[in-house]
Amino acid sequence: MKKVVAVLLALMMVAGMVYAEDLITVGYAQVGAESDWRMANTKSFQDTFTPENGYQLIFDDAQQKQENQIRAIRNFIQREVDYIVVAPVVETGWETVLQEAYDAGIPVILSDRMMDVSDELYVAWVGGNFVKEGETAGHWLEDYLEKQGRADEDINIVTLQGTIGASAQVGRTEGFGNILAQHDNWHMLAMQTGEFTQAKGQEVMESFLHSYPDIDVVVCENDNMAFGAIDAIKAAGRTCGPDGDIIIFSFDAVRAAFDAMIAGDLNAAFECNPLHGPRVAEIIQKLENGESVDKIQYVDETYFDTTMDLEAIKATRAY
Amino acid sequence: MNGDLKSRLGKIVHYKLFLPLFCLFLVLMVNVITTPDFFHVEIRNGVLYGRPVDIINRASELVILAVGMTLVVAASAGTDISVGAVMAVTAAVTTFFLSGGEISVNEYQFPLFPAILLGIGAGALCGAWNGFLVAKMRIQPMVATLILYTAGRGIAQLITKGQITYIRVDSYQYIGNFLPGVPIPTPVFISIAVVILVQLFVKKTAFGLFVESVGVNKEASKHVGLKSVMIIFATYVFCGVLSGIAGIVASSRIYSADANNIGLNLELDAILAVALGGNSLGGGRFSILGSIIGAYTIQALTTTLYAIGVSADQIPVYKAIVVVIIVSLQSPEFQRYVRKFRKKLEAKKAIGEVTA
Repeated sequence: MKKVVAVLLALMMVAGMVYAEDLITVGYAQVGAESDWRMANTKSFQDTFTPENGYQLIFDDAQQKQENQIRAIRNFIQREVDYIVVAPVVETGWETVLQEAYDAGIPVILSDRMMDVSDELYVAWVGGNFVKEGETAGHWLEDYLEKQGRADEDINIVTLQGTIGASAQVGRTEGFGNILAQHDNWHMLAMQTGEFTQAKGQEVMESFLHSYPDIDVVVCENDNMAFGAIDAIKAAGRTCGPDGDIIIFSFDAVRAAFDAMIAGDLNAAFECNPLHGPRVAEIIQKLENGESVDKIQYVDETYFDTTMDLEAIKATRAY
Repeated sequence: MNGDLKSRLGKIVHYKLFLPLFCLFLVLMVNVITTPDFFHVEIRNGVLYGRPVDIINRASELVILAVGMTLVVAASAGTDISVGAVMAVTAAVTTFFLSGGEISVNEYQFPLFPAILLGIGAGALCGAWNGFLVAKMRIQPMVATLILYTAGRGIAQLITKGQITYIRVDSYQYIGNFLPGVPIPTPVFISIAVVILVQLFVKKTAFGLFVESVGVNKEASKHVGLKSVMIIFATYVFCGVLSGIAGIVASSRIYSADANNIGLNLELDAILAVALGGNSLGGGRFSILGSIIGAYTIQALTTTLYAIGVSADQIPVYKAIVVVIIVSLQSPEFQRYVRKFRKKLEAKKAIGEVTA
């Protein structure tokens, strides 16, 4: 019985190799499936790296554990894949396993988050630019206030931060802070973490509204906290959105954020593009052709506000 | 006269809930200095509005969980660390029925009350599973409930297909927010109702006594004819049901089931609430009221830190410091030390009087 299984397994492996002969095999060590964003990211890879496009994708879901990801990468090395893509759970602790991939001659591409390793261990990093997202939001606010004729008014701002230390939190806080520093009339009254959740966003916004009766702008470092903040603002008898007395915008731009903008509760949402697949494929094609690639590659990101045809855009959104 | 006052004061100080209440009082008093308008409450938008309202409202889930946790701790001398995950399961089940499997709905696909009952039923089932492992299979409570602690959110994710399921119907929000025309948040009523019902059940029937006796000595209780297994099992089912109720409240607040985040880390707060309430985590005698005071203390602390404007990265440090102080204040070793110190003082005074 054992022999039969062994023979079958061997046959399957041979078949797999023959099948994969002319396909580029790519191993993707994904973080997990913890959010809509993450799932859109996974889907982007699955849609890009198809046999029709000339790829075979080996997908691994690490369930948000680094040890699973390290195991997955070792597995990829053993299976002699052509490329390894990793969306690291954390930044540190990757030297050993990346060195193994390097020694095996397999190029590693990082997606979404950075790794704290020496530069030669990976060929490129693809991801969103959180600092730029924050700056885009700052510029958007500049324009918006200008249009309202409030460019020279004192503007009181509060920020609902993400989970402290998360790269999205750090980058977005920094980016918006850069623009804030250019305006003497913008005052950041308070920043507090809402831990990226709707419930905490609501609770912290409640507290802000008690402490500061004259808030003009609420910056939410993700959409979910904005939904909570909107509820808190309404519960306090205030209004927000394009027709309200408080300007509120958020980052990520998931589907529900479009609903909030369409309902007139949210002013704007700044995209954090999860569709990394095509950009990674582009890099792989360049490497296949022997071209050099840039080490840091940002995906294109845009924003949406209530002046746009949101219904139409929402219909085209993948997440 | 003086002696009368002294003995009365002594009675208050030795009242077993004195320390928990005193700690809550201390936390609240910080605000008198730092945020003078902390206790300001007004009617705005037809409802009560102010930080004290926030504390009582936001603590509701924790209060409900703490009640269940108290019983589990008392009966089995162990903690149920799956309560947060069970909240997520309940929320997922309820919203699954209400949404008919869609991601976002604007009307119910299933009647509200049966959906809630099914959700709480799922909570009871989780509790029964924990109870079976602990009471019947005699697995250590923390290990037994670790299973649902890790698997529970996975189950919830499976039910919601990994998406946040939104129920955008006004009446679903009543549970976690306000009933129309009522100025007090609904979760406050729910938590008070839970406390009163459980307290009545525990005090007016022999159940409380059974729980204490099983918690003190399981074997001895068995010999006097108590079904220890059934009693421990029952406390876990109880805890599951209460986690379910807390899960519904949390879900209604955000009119959705966020399987990743509903009740996240709340099991730790619930255990802390039990401990802050002066209950021994070693089982036996228990005070539900103490745990409730503990729960309000935890929320008061959070709200206080927000009001003071402590920056987000420092909040855990402050919380840790306060918890260390409160827990050491209540530790028997510290109290022994205080007693010793007081005796020494009295002795010195006596000697002083004699020599004078």
